[in-house]
Amino acid sequence: MKHVAHLARLKLNEAEIDLYTLQMNSILEYAARLQYIDTSNIEPTTHAVQLYNVMRDDEVKVSLPQNQVLANAPEAEDGFFQVPRIV
Amino acid sequence: MKTINKSLDGLHSMLVNKEISCTELTKAFIKQMHCCEPRIQAFLATSEDTALMRAAEVDKKIANNESIGPLEGLPAGLKDNICMQGIPTTCGSHMLESFISLYDATVTKRLKDAGAIVLGKLNLDEFAMGSTTESSAFHPTYNPWDLERVPGGSSGGSAAAVSACEVAYSLGSDTGGSIRQPASFCGVVGLKPTYGRVSRYGVVAVASSLDQVGILSKTVRDNAQVLNAIAGYDPQDSTSITANIPDYTQFLENNVKGLKIGVPKEFFSQELTTDKAEVINKALETLEQLGAEIEECSLPHMKYAMAAYYIIAMAEASSELACFDGVRYGHRAEANDMIEMFKNTRAEGFGQEVKRRIMLGTYVLSSGHYEDYYLKAQKVRTLIKEDFNQVFSKYDALLGPTNPQTAPKIGESSDPLAVYLEDIFTIPANLAGLPALSIPAGFVQGLPFGMQLIGKHFDEGLLYRIAYTFEQNTDHHHQVPVLLREVN
Repeated sequence: MKHVAHLARLKLNEAEIDLYTLQMNSILEYAARLQYIDTSNIEPTTHAVQLYNVMRDDEVKVSLPQNQVLANAPEAEDGFFQVPRIV
Repeated sequence: MKTINKSLDGLHSMLVNKEISCTELTKAFIKQMHCCEPRIQAFLATSEDTALMRAAEVDKKIANNESIGPLEGLPAGLKDNICMQGIPTTCGSHMLESFISLYDATVTKRLKDAGAIVLGKLNLDEFAMGSTTESSAFHPTYNPWDLERVPGGSSGGSAAAVSACEVAYSLGSDTGGSIRQPASFCGVVGLKPTYGRVSRYGVVAVASSLDQVGILSKTVRDNAQVLNAIAGYDPQDSTSITANIPDYTQFLENNVKGLKIGVPKEFFSQELTTDKAEVINKALETLEQLGAEIEECSLPHMKYAMAAYYIIAMAEASSELACFDGVRYGHRAEANDMIEMFKNTRAEGFGQEVKRRIMLGTYVLSSGHYEDYYLKAQKVRTLIKEDFNQVFSKYDALLGPTNPQTAPKIGESSDPLAVYLEDIFTIPANLAGLPALSIPAGFVQGLPFGMQLIGKHFDEGLLYRIAYTFEQNTDHHHQVPVLLREVN
């Protein structure tokens, strides 16, 4: 659970880990029924209404101005998103 | 009350015939909202000032004898995961509490172009994950039919607001039943269109291969009129379909003669109690008397749909919600480094149901589990799609209950798996991308109960026709919640 929480970038407390372990076990136990179906020759469906290679012309279009893009940022400076120290 | 409890056509003709001005009409809806909101709490935010400004513009047009469109000057509500420029889109989450939309979603723009007056943003389960609207980070919403009960979800605010006549219609989103189930619980009409029929641009995604925007309305005709406005290709959404959009009101004929309706026997499993099965059987009898051919059929893989759905939905959700990291928008928690900032931000910003789904989704996508769960679920999805192809070679549409229950009481739904199982009848249509419509079928112990029509891809028109015929020959949609009799 701690590994999965790390992968999901979630900080969980001990109570949450206990609760989710219990709940995820019961959900996965329910989901185990899928293993009984033979799907050896079945292709997976990723989208119900299949479209192939949706392309558009590589043209530059007007996008939102920089100040608007940054308007919702928790912290911004000099036209950049600001984040805590990385290295 | 008599003024506002009308169909869109009825409201439109009052405006055109100058029986009421658009400003007066907007004020009447705002008054209704103020009366109901203390008890219903369907809204997360209202936009009364802009609404009244917009109404004054419509009044000018009417005064100049300019023609107005069928939705023009009529009040609508948007589920709060649909963006509208300049106002918050919270998704019912602390994560986005301070987020202001920078642009209109395509559906918002299309409604605005059609002259709609948006009265506000409607409550939902956090990030549309849930079926009671109780997981909203701000407050629950109460069912106008019984204030001790939930309105359903995740589009609970959208359904309650229409049911309580606070708006003429609303938009919601449906990933596994989130329009149809609350429509059933609140006694309104709810459409989940074919996947790709309506643009999802500007709507916060939770499971991109399943999400679809749709409409909650008082009548079938209202629903068709709104679909006319919002459907159609959008280059901004690569999953939207280029096919031409018919005028959906053309399909509204009071006639089901010769139509073949299949009734999947899996919809009458042990989940459905006798009193609820009776409501559906009575509806089937009505349609049969009107000339439809009703026959039992089978979707043999339906018993696997739930498991496949939740694996796919949670896997996609864990990936979609990765963008909420405290960098570009939304909540940010304090931390000493970047990774810790991500983790703390997400721990503080997301509620329990969202975290649980992110955890499960991350697990089924992680190395060593991907094939057993995610890939397996996608293969089962193929089998479910093939089941539908089979039955649709024989039937024009399918009919069954929208969900196994009527609205539960607030606080009654606690075990996640048990709650998920309630979506058993709605999720197959999402997995197969099919259009599905819930309409009031009757009442069980005074609570509305819906029936669901499922059609072939892009066959919304036929669903409307069957639903319209049923509606014209029954009076369930004329019933109003007790609350409305009280507030007026």
